[in-house]
Amino acid sequence: MTETNSVFETRSLSIFYGTFMAVTDINIHIPRYKITAIIGPSGCGKSTLLRAFNRMNELYQGVQTHGEVLFDGQNLYEKGVDPVEVRYRIGMVFQRANPFPKSIYENVAWAARIHGHKGNMDELVESSLRQAALWDEVKDKLKQSGLSLSGGQQQRLCIARAIAVKPEVILMDEPASALDPIATLKIEELMQELKQQYTIVIVTHNMQQAARVSDLTAMMMLTGETRSGTVIEFDDTTRIFTRPSDKRTEDYVTGRFG
Amino acid sequence: MVIINKQSKETRPPMRKTFESEIQQLKDELLVLGSMVEQQVTESVEALKKRDIEASRRVYEVDTQINTKRYDIENQVMIAIATQQPMAHDLRLLASILEVAGELERMGDYAKGIATVNIRMGDQQLLKPLIDIPRMAQKGADMLHRALTAFVNEDVEAAKVIPPEDDEVDALYTQVYHELMMFVIQDPRTIERANWLLWVAHNLERVSDRVTNICERTIFIATGEMKEIKSSDDESKKK
Repeated sequence: MTETNSVFETRSLSIFYGTFMAVTDINIHIPRYKITAIIGPSGCGKSTLLRAFNRMNELYQGVQTHGEVLFDGQNLYEKGVDPVEVRYRIGMVFQRANPFPKSIYENVAWAARIHGHKGNMDELVESSLRQAALWDEVKDKLKQSGLSLSGGQQQRLCIARAIAVKPEVILMDEPASALDPIATLKIEELMQELKQQYTIVIVTHNMQQAARVSDLTAMMMLTGETRSGTVIEFDDTTRIFTRPSDKRTEDYVTGRFG
Repeated sequence: MVIINKQSKETRPPMRKTFESEIQQLKDELLVLGSMVEQQVTESVEALKKRDIEASRRVYEVDTQINTKRYDIENQVMIAIATQQPMAHDLRLLASILEVAGELERMGDYAKGIATVNIRMGDQQLLKPLIDIPRMAQKGADMLHRALTAFVNEDVEAAKVIPPEDDEVDALYTQVYHELMMFVIQDPRTIERANWLLWVAHNLERVSDRVTNICERTIFIATGEMKEIKSSDDESKKK
């Protein structure tokens, strides 16, 4: 993986909750137009690391970020970088689908509008919903509330909402953990489509899902006396799930701990 | 946490008891299959040596049981894959069990082939007393026994020393071949009877060749590397 193909590069990234060092010494490159999965036992800092990629941790009290997160070469944590702008360019989809209590149409249009979208809004809504593989299911009921959709549809609506502002990256935090298997597979298929245009980083507890959808996998776990989370192995997904280099990764992916 | 690179049962944290016991059961079944095949190899030759047709028919019967057992193992592996979603070491082990069960079944077919020779020979007498052929059988069965033990114990070191022993079997095969050719040259009417024994020797040579495949799988389970163990009888390397 060459650096020029990296969307993100972290340098000595550590994240503190107050005095507790939750994540430490992360040095990884996230490649462009690939799906990178972050796996590891509960509480090892996967979501914390994910949120560092679009400065979402700042929405939590007392979180401090040390080190650098380079996005297309620029440190996101430099003075003068607008976190709101960062979050437009690096979208996020959460575990629980969280559509706004507005119409399906407005869910997609709203962020684009306040972001100053000047073009044809109908076209944007349609293309975003199409990209999220939801258009055919909702095209006749765009005025209905986003909350009237099923869980899987709501999650795809959130993905449509995220891509309506044309981000470069989509961060996904357990996007399918609240969905049934069919809805899960739809999201996974959708991810394969989306990676043609976007870089995706996904946190998942479901190892089979990581194995199915991702190109690269970062294995995190708590290490050292501080019991802080760090990436212990980062490699091609096929390698991680067939012959990982680190014994701890092996034990985790084979279900011996975690 | 201490990093232990060597992969073995002892170092694996005690989770997934059900899966572990399924794996253990599969290994046990594989050992049973292996010992059936081992016995078939030596008994098919013993039957030929004694020209005991009944004994050869029994080899046929056991071969059917071997085939059934192979399918049972295959089925259990499929179930384990479907229900336990094995990864990494577990996946390599299960895939290798499938492979090795297939190898054993084919080795069983070689023994059956030897039984076929005895039955088809009918009233014909053996061209010569069998000396080297039983040695080949014994050596092949011994190699198989140790290769399978190494496989279930995931003992890479033990697996590595077995394939070179194939040279002994090859040397015996060459010897048998030359001896039989001498008979044919001296009296061309012996062709058919020489051919029967050549067939037998060839089958035994194949048995020990397949032992190498089992050893390769043992190394693969431990290291994840799929490598062919080069045998010294590789003709392409000879000048």
